[in-house]
Amino acid sequence: SLPVAVGQCGNQVGCRFWDLALREHAAVNKKGIYDEALSSFFRNIDTRSGDDGPDIYKGKIRSLKARALLIDMEEGVVNEILQGPLRDVFDSKQLITDVSGSGNNWAVGHKLYGYQYRESIVEKLRKTAEHCDCLQCFFIIHSMGGGTGSGLGTFVLNLLEEEFPEVYRFVTSVYPSGEDDVITSPYNSVLAMKELNEHADCVLPIENESLFDIVNKIHQMTSSGKLGSSVKQSSLVTSSAGSAKTAPEKPFDAMNNIVANLLLNLTSSARFEGSLNMDLNEISMNLVPFPRLHYLVSSLTPLYTLADVNVPPRRLDQMFSDAFSRDHQLIQADPKHSLYLACALLVRGNVQVSDLRRNIERLKPSLNFVSWNQEGWKTGLCSVPPVGHSHSLLALANNTCVKPTFIELKDKFMKLYKKKAHLHHYLHIEGMEQSCFSEAMLSLSDLIEEYNELDATKDGPRTDPSRLKIAV
Amino acid sequence: MSIVTVQLGQCGNQIGHEVFNALCGDIRGTHGLCSKKENESYHNACKERFFSEEESEVPVARAVLVDMEPKVISQTLSRAAQSGYWKYNDRSHFCQKQGSGNNWANGYSVHGPRHKEIIMNLVQKEAEKCDRLGGFFTIMSMAGGTGSGLGAFVTQCLRDAFPTSFILNHVIWPYGTGEVIVQNYNSVLTLSHLYRSSDALLVHENDVIHKICAQLMNIKQISFRDVNQVIAHQLGSVFQPTYTAESGLHYSRNPLGDLMETLVPHPEFKMLGLRNIPQMPENSLAYTTFSWLGLIKHLRQMLIANAKMEEGIDWQVKPRRLGCSIPSSHSTNKPLHFNTSIANLVILRGKDPHSVDLGSFQDPSLYTSWLKPQDAFNVWKTPRAFNKYEKSASLVSNSQFLLKPLDNVVGKAWNMFASKAYIHQYTKFGIEEEDFLDSFTALEQVISSYSTL
Repeated sequence: SLPVAVGQCGNQVGCRFWDLALREHAAVNKKGIYDEALSSFFRNIDTRSGDDGPDIYKGKIRSLKARALLIDMEEGVVNEILQGPLRDVFDSKQLITDVSGSGNNWAVGHKLYGYQYRESIVEKLRKTAEHCDCLQCFFIIHSMGGGTGSGLGTFVLNLLEEEFPEVYRFVTSVYPSGEDDVITSPYNSVLAMKELNEHADCVLPIENESLFDIVNKIHQMTSSGKLGSSVKQSSLVTSSAGSAKTAPEKPFDAMNNIVANLLLNLTSSARFEGSLNMDLNEISMNLVPFPRLHYLVSSLTPLYTLADVNVPPRRLDQMFSDAFSRDHQLIQADPKHSLYLACALLVRGNVQVSDLRRNIERLKPSLNFVSWNQEGWKTGLCSVPPVGHSHSLLALANNTCVKPTFIELKDKFMKLYKKKAHLHHYLHIEGMEQSCFSEAMLSLSDLIEEYNELDATKDGPRTDPSRLKIAV
Repeated sequence: MSIVTVQLGQCGNQIGHEVFNALCGDIRGTHGLCSKKENESYHNACKERFFSEEESEVPVARAVLVDMEPKVISQTLSRAAQSGYWKYNDRSHFCQKQGSGNNWANGYSVHGPRHKEIIMNLVQKEAEKCDRLGGFFTIMSMAGGTGSGLGAFVTQCLRDAFPTSFILNHVIWPYGTGEVIVQNYNSVLTLSHLYRSSDALLVHENDVIHKICAQLMNIKQISFRDVNQVIAHQLGSVFQPTYTAESGLHYSRNPLGDLMETLVPHPEFKMLGLRNIPQMPENSLAYTTFSWLGLIKHLRQMLIANAKMEEGIDWQVKPRRLGCSIPSSHSTNKPLHFNTSIANLVILRGKDPHSVDLGSFQDPSLYTSWLKPQDAFNVWKTPRAFNKYEKSASLVSNSQFLLKPLDNVVGKAWNMFASKAYIHQYTKFGIEEEDFLDSFTALEQVISSYSTL
C-alpha cells in the first residue's frame, strides 16, 4: 500500500501514521528481520552507499524507508517532519512542496498547483510504485475544507486513476467541523466531493467533532480516580506512547492518532497472518454494492485497555456492542437508527470465529439491513493485536447515516453560493467556471437522493422477487 | 492408485493441511485395534494414496498448493514441516501477492488464464510421480474469490487435461450469516461451473461443523482450526483404505473411482453429503463403548430425517409406504421431512465390522425408483480402527441432504441479483449479467431434479 498525504491535515495525520506503524512493527518483529509484513509499508535500504542504496529484500533491517508521498504547498509541516525523529524514514525524492500555500482555495490547489506539479507528481509516484513488489492500493489522506488537501488532493486522486487504473484508491477525508473557521470550507468540500464521487473506490469520512469527543471521553476515563491509574498508556487509541515522538504533544496529535490507528487496523490483515484474512480489495468488493455508494463509516474499539490481563468474554462482547454505538463512530452519525447496506468487522488478536458469530447473532436484531442484503456481513480475523491490546475491532459500515453529513454540507454550500460570496476568488483561476460549482452541487444532490431512495425502502414491506421457473 | 490433492485459497490450504495431518496421525498411531499385518496393509495403502516417498525422511504429501496471496501457503508449508511427521514438497506451490478480493470473476477470468500454465505444470509433475493416477481431489470454499473462482477454472483445466481421470471437489459452504457479503454470488457461480467439469461435489457446511464443535466436542471458544480438524476427521473417515465388495482380500486401490461408481449413477445428481458418527472430545473416547447396532440405527435415522449430527435427531420421520403420492416441497409449501436418496455408501471402521446387518439401509422406500436398492446401497469396511475411535461409521449420501441449503443460497443470491447490487464488481472483470443468469438457470435445474426425487 502507498499512503499519499496531501496538505497540512493530511501530513500531520500521515506523520502520526508512520510513527505508530513503526511502533507496531517493532512490537511484533523482535528479531529485527525485514519480513513480508514490514515490506508492505517500508523499504529496506543499505545506506552505506548513501541514500540511494540498493533495496535489501531479506535479512536484517538496515534502514527503513517509508513507501509514501508527502505533498504540501507550504513547507511548515513537511519541514517539521524532516527535522523530527522520523527524518530518516523519508527522503527528499518523496516530497513535493511549495512555499505559498493554497489560501484555503480548492481552485488554487486543484487547477493551479495541479497543472504546475503534474509532471513532478507523476514521476515521483512512478518511482515510489516501482519499488513496490505488488502495489495493491493507494491511501490518500487529506482534509476537505482547505485548499491543498482538498484541491490538490483530489487532483492527485484523478491522476492515480489515470496512471494506475488497476490500483485501488482509498481516501481518508477529514470533513470540516461545525465551528470551522475557514469561511470557504463548504465550497472546497463540495468541489472535492464531486471528485470523490467519481474517482475514489472507497472513502472513509472523518469529522473532527467525533475525534474530539473521543479524546475527551478518554481524558475523562483516564483522569478519574482509580480507573485512571490502571489504564495501559500505550493502549489508548489516542496515544503516542512508545513511539518515536518525544516532543510535547500538540493539540491535534491525540485526534490524529485515532485516524492513524484506523489505517493501521484497516491494513493489519493484509500485513499479518490470521485465520480469515481480509485484504483491502476485499473491503472494496464487499462494501461497495453500487459504484457511487462508497462512503464507509468507521469505528474503533476498544478505546483503551485496562492493565489487567484476564479479559472475560463479557468484555469481549462489550467491544462488539461499542463498535455500533454512536459515540464510537468517527463521524457524527448513528448507524443503528439508519439503514445498513453492508458491514465489515475486522477483529485483531485473540478472538475466534465463535466469538464473532455469537456477537453477530446478538447484534443483528437491533440493526436494519437493506432488503437485498439481510446477512450483509464481511468478517476478518487477524491474529496480531494492536500495541497494548489483546484484541481490537474495526467496524466499517456502508450506512445511510452519512446522509445528514452530506445534507449539512449541501446547506452550508447553498448559503454561500446563493449570495455568490467569495466566488470571485475561485473564478479568476484559470480553468474554473461557474459550471464547476453547479456540477459539483448536482453531484452531491444526486448522491443524497440515492441515499434517500434507499432509506425509503427501510420500513416497507418485503416481497422477494420470484424465482426462475424451470420446465420439468 | 494415488490421489493428487489441489488445495485452493485460504480455506482450501488450511483444510488440506489438517487432512494430511489427520491421515498421518491415524497411520502413525498404535490404536489400530487390529493385527500387525492388517495395520501394515492399511499403512501401505494410505501411503500409496496420499504420500510419496521422495528423498526425505518423512512422507511427502501428494499435493499442489495454490493461493493468490502468500501468507497462508507459507504458514501451511512451515506448520507441516514442523510436525516432523510429514511435509509438502518444497516446490509444489504457487502464489501471488494480490489476492482475489473475494471476487469470483477475478479468480476465474483474470487469475485463472494468467496462471494456468504454471499451475497445470505443478499438477502434471505431481501426477507423474504417481505410479497410477487415481484422480484429483480439490479443496476449496465457495465464498471467497480464489478457492471459488480460480478453483472453478482449475477444475475445468483438470477436466480438459485429464479427460479420463476422476475429479472430486470438496466444497465448503460458508456460514449462513456472512463471512463474505457476496458469498451467495460466488457460490452460485462456483457450483454451476463445477457441475459441468467435476464428477462429484462433496460438501461440508460451516454452520453444521460449528454446531458439532459446540455441542458434541464441547469446545468453548471455537476457532477455524477446530472446525477444520472436524472436517479433516470426517474426510479421513472416507478416504482411508477400506475393503469394498469387489476388492476382496485387498484394500481397494481405486477410492475415487469406487466412490463415483457407487454414488453418482447420473450426471444430473452430483451433490454428496457426509455424516460421520460418533463425534466426541478425545478425552471422552476412553470411557465410551459403541455398538454397531446403535451406530447404524442412528446413521439411518440421520439419513431419512436429514439430521446434521447425532444429537437432536427427529425420530418421528419414517419412510413413506410405497404407493402413496409424494408431496413436493414447492407445491404445498410444507418442508419435506423425508430425505429421499439416490445412492448411499456406508463406511465402517473398527472392531468386527463383518457381523453388522445393514438390511435397514436397503429398504426400497429410502430410495428413488430408478435404482434397485441392492445397487443403490454399498458398504465398505475395515477392521482397522480410525483416529482413535474404537468404532466409527460414515455415510456418504447422494440424496436430498443438500437441497435446502442449495435452495437457500440460490434464493439469497437471486434476491440480491434482482437489485443488481455488486454486479458492477463482476462485470469489471468480464462476468456479465448473462453469465449470472446461466448459472442461476443451471442451479434451478439441479434443485428441481433433486426436489422431484
